[in-house]
Amino acid sequence: MIARGLTLRIESRIGALQIDVELETGPGPLVIIGPNGAGKTSLLSSILGVSPVERGRIEVAGAVLVDTAAGIDVPLEHRRLGYVPQDYALFPHLTVRENVEFALASSAAIERQERAQRVAAVLRDLAISELAERRTRGLSGGEKQRVALARALCVRPQALLLDEPLAALDVHARREVREFLSRYLRELGLPTLVVTHDAADAQQLGSRIAVLEAGRITQRGTWADLAQNPGSKFVEEFIATAGR
Amino acid sequence: MADPRLRTEQRALAISGGILVFFLAAPLFALIATATVASLEAGLREPLVWPALRLSLLTTTSSLVLVVLFGTPLAWTLARSRGRFARAIETIVQLPIVIPPAVAGVAMLLAFGRRGLFGSLLYPLGVSLPFTTAAVVMAEVFVSAPFFVQAATSAFRRIDPNLIVVARTFGATPLRVFSRIALPLAAPGLVAGAALSWARALGEFGATLMFAGNFEGRTQTLPLAIYTALEIDLRAAQALSVVLVVVAFGLLIFVRSVLRRWSEREMTP
Repeated sequence: MIARGLTLRIESRIGALQIDVELETGPGPLVIIGPNGAGKTSLLSSILGVSPVERGRIEVAGAVLVDTAAGIDVPLEHRRLGYVPQDYALFPHLTVRENVEFALASSAAIERQERAQRVAAVLRDLAISELAERRTRGLSGGEKQRVALARALCVRPQALLLDEPLAALDVHARREVREFLSRYLRELGLPTLVVTHDAADAQQLGSRIAVLEAGRITQRGTWADLAQNPGSKFVEEFIATAGR
Repeated sequence: MADPRLRTEQRALAISGGILVFFLAAPLFALIATATVASLEAGLREPLVWPALRLSLLTTTSSLVLVVLFGTPLAWTLARSRGRFARAIETIVQLPIVIPPAVAGVAMLLAFGRRGLFGSLLYPLGVSLPFTTAAVVMAEVFVSAPFFVQAATSAFRRIDPNLIVVARTFGATPLRVFSRIALPLAAPGLVAGAALSWARALGEFGATLMFAGNFEGRTQTLPLAIYTALEIDLRAAQALSVVLVVVAFGLLIFVRSVLRRWSEREMTP
């Protein structure tokens, strides 16, 4: 069977941390939780191709991105991964439209007219058409997130990586944006990896959750599985913070 | 602030700072204050003034173009590398800042002089660099490039690395990332660095004197002309000095305003 999602088996030493992770997403989001320093960011940077994978294999929608045994290591530029970092990393010197256009123009030689149509479509899809000519600096956190999503998705990536997607938001905005994001990611149906340290995010965004501790996946399951049968003190405390 | 001791101590600190301010401002004040319009006019009529002004403009423009053209890619590379090799390169590039200009002049003669390490290879081909206008430009590049490269490197380092990673995920090539993301974001830092570097080139004296000599119209830049004029006519030296101070002062104001606007832009969310 061809895996439609993102599957990976990674062994790497990044800084002082040894990561050894095996994961598989279906279509739809998989949430990775774990304490600070457990290797969540290192894991993302390995998948992205910023940090090298020492041993292992990464496959997205049937395409092999990394296979150290076969000497395959697709450069970051050609991995076709959508990445939304914690602070959204919008280009501050460009408008919302220019941010999206930059992505499209970088990815493929598309005619100007089609490019404009695709930009308009993705802005409409994320309900940010009226922000098109604004600089990104003055936008709210929720708006910035939509722009970052629009920019990542317009190039039709094979998978989506979200690093702490709600951490940059204040408490009031967080609930609303979380609901939007949860709905949006489910409808999108793209293999998605979400990294978070927030229990409410994990509960609402992930149909499946994997626990990363000290560089290893220590438990996986649905929120209910984890709540019923916490595999570690961290999971137990993590679940408890969701109600608050 | 009723406590007299607090006030005394504060005053003592202010006074000791004031001594240095006086020492720094006094020569510049004397330079400007003792000049009269008539003496400036007479000074600027000295025959060595205009060729020197022209030559300084020509050589510093050339050196600035070279420094920016070659220094920007270097700074970008240095800002993105973390290895020991990159740090060694960075140290080499910064070295001219701390090397005395006279030493730089000797070193340039030993490297590019007729019998120099590299100059001796060029001489048979009919190329002789010392004591030419090209030598002036070379001396200026040598002493001024570090200022630009340093400012540009730190400007590039201030760019959020995630911006670069995100740009690359779209498939943007290194040249595209550099020109469309890194350059515009670092632009104010590059401009400030270029201005500082230009000011250093404009004031360059020691290395030029030793490597390029002091020939009117060919290698006699403004600082060399001031040195020469001092022996002929103090008014000419003063007039040229006033010109240099005014230019330098204008440049300083410009750099500070660019940097201030930049930091304001960075601060606003």
